Amino acid sequence: MTVTPLTLGIPSKGRLMEATAELFAKAGLPIERIGNDRGYRGRLTGVDGIDVAFLSASEIAGQLRDGKIQLGVTGEDLLREKIPPTDESVDVAVRLGFGPANVVVAVPECWLDVAAMADLDEVAEQFYRAHGRRIRVATKYVHLTRRWFAAHGVTGYRIVDSSGATEGAPAAGMADIIVDITTTGSTLAANHLRILDDGVILESCAVLALKRELLPDPRVQVMLKALVKAL
Amino acid sequence: MAGRSSAEREALARQNAAIMAVFERAGFDHIAPDIIQPADIFLERSGEDIRARTFVFSDPDGNELCLRPDLTVPACRYHLSHAADATAESRYCYLGTAFRFPDELLSPQEFNQAGIEWFGDRNPVQAEARVMKLAIAALEAAGLSGLKITMGDLGLFNALIDAMAMPERWRRRLKHQFWRPQAFRSLLDRFARPATQKRTAISAHVDAIAGQDAEAAVAARLASLNLPHVTDRGVAEIAVRLSEKLADRSEAPLDPAMVKLIEAYLAIEGSVTDVVAELAKLPSSPALDGARRWFEARIAALEDQGLNPRRFHFSANFGRELEYYTGLVFQIEVEARNAPLVVAGGGRYNDLLHDLGASTRVSAVGCAIHTERVKAVLS
Repeated sequence: MTVTPLTLGIPSKGRLMEATAELFAKAGLPIERIGNDRGYRGRLTGVDGIDVAFLSASEIAGQLRDGKIQLGVTGEDLLREKIPPTDESVDVAVRLGFGPANVVVAVPECWLDVAAMADLDEVAEQFYRAHGRRIRVATKYVHLTRRWFAAHGVTGYRIVDSSGATEGAPAAGMADIIVDITTTGSTLAANHLRILDDGVILESCAVLALKRELLPDPRVQVMLKALVKAL
Repeated sequence: MAGRSSAEREALARQNAAIMAVFERAGFDHIAPDIIQPADIFLERSGEDIRARTFVFSDPDGNELCLRPDLTVPACRYHLSHAADATAESRYCYLGTAFRFPDELLSPQEFNQAGIEWFGDRNPVQAEARVMKLAIAALEAAGLSGLKITMGDLGLFNALIDAMAMPERWRRRLKHQFWRPQAFRSLLDRFARPATQKRTAISAHVDAIAGQDAEAAVAARLASLNLPHVTDRGVAEIAVRLSEKLADRSEAPLDPAMVKLIEAYLAIEGSVTDVVAELAKLPSSPALDGARRWFEARIAALEDQGLNPRRFHFSANFGRELEYYTGLVFQIEVEARNAPLVVAGGGRYNDLLHDLGASTRVSAVGCAIHTERVKAVLS
């Protein structure tokens, strides 16, 4: 009987790809590309039956959710955004530590009267009365934003979908505030934005996530043990 | 399953015809509000939970449109465009599809709402009782029995807050947060101990306006910190809130007895007729006495409609998930397979028509029935 190989999704380029490749090599499971250097398939050496698919980081969470891949390395931010907390089929197996970044709520620095989410709710209410429209939140993290704002009792806002240069949205007049990912905060500061006192939605880093039902699988166990040892 | 068979379609149509017949016989004008609506009206007015579930799209000119997520706002828009005088008494009923993205409970994304809206009602208490009676009668006409009715009353809550000594801005906040139990709780805590609040990222800005003209102080501070003004929020708006924060620091705390009273009120529940005695224990004030009289008059009006309010359940907490209601709120449940299922809901919403463009406040009360749920319970 042949066992169906598992597929591990790995970022196809950038810092996340390099760090992932380094970690697997250190764990004694180097990633081997199949075919030429630019191919998008590979396999793990050192453990049988785990194929590798090189994917864009943003696709990995969605493919994991849809069951097109069974394992994946991606940012926790993208994982939490794409997979609702009610979906218990996907689990973070290991936090890999690299690619640290926070998903935050940031407001214009000139909003001297806004320190926390509770202020934001008051401002949203007053803004609606004064201007007849909702405050707009630019973000690509639509679901994370909705959950966080709902948990803090903030409802009077409207999301503006923003897939790039979100931190420039307030200055450009496209939005009033933003929810975005930041590593050092310097881009926010350069755009005169300030993180709210209770505005850190998620302290994210790269994670290895998998379909929960696969946790007992011997191939997965071998891989996880080697990774944890290498960390 | 995708679509309905002809037998299923006919069964739903028969059921809904029975519901609508009750509304039409009662003198409600059967209208057909538009399915496609300007998106802004919904997106700017509803809470984010409805916003997140509304189907939005653009027309070729780039205008944002949506499929109606419910029929109350479309009925209001119908009224505003058809009635010569928006305050003139008008009674409408409707049956139509509403559209929402499924939520986590996997509700269907299109479903039929049957409902009534009564605008400019001249005798509010009787209109409320009549709307509840018609909702019950319509459900019974469809074949349901064993209805469980729950009521709340925003008028009582608002009157209670109005009767307490506290700054007007605190009242506004408490009323605004009534819907969100957790945020409401932390607000109460804050008002009970205004002087002991921790310093935050903006405390220094609050310090800076003390003893100053707030607006000038904010403008000076923005200039000295070299902060560009990248927002539609004016300096005056920012200054007003900073002044409120400054005032909060020296505000007398909310009397602990008042906090207890609010908690005691929110804990009131029981048979609608039994809670009258509980409500009588609340202190006396013109607003509160008025709200109590309204509550008792409504009970009498329900009896006049041939209903038995003794069997209705009142919960002061009820309605905390529903926005835009201003007085009576109610829902009707029936026992379904494993849990009670909400089949209808309604209440009074006196601000909505004005919010949608009427020149003055127009009283309004209505209800809507989730017809597929009724069908599901019956089959």
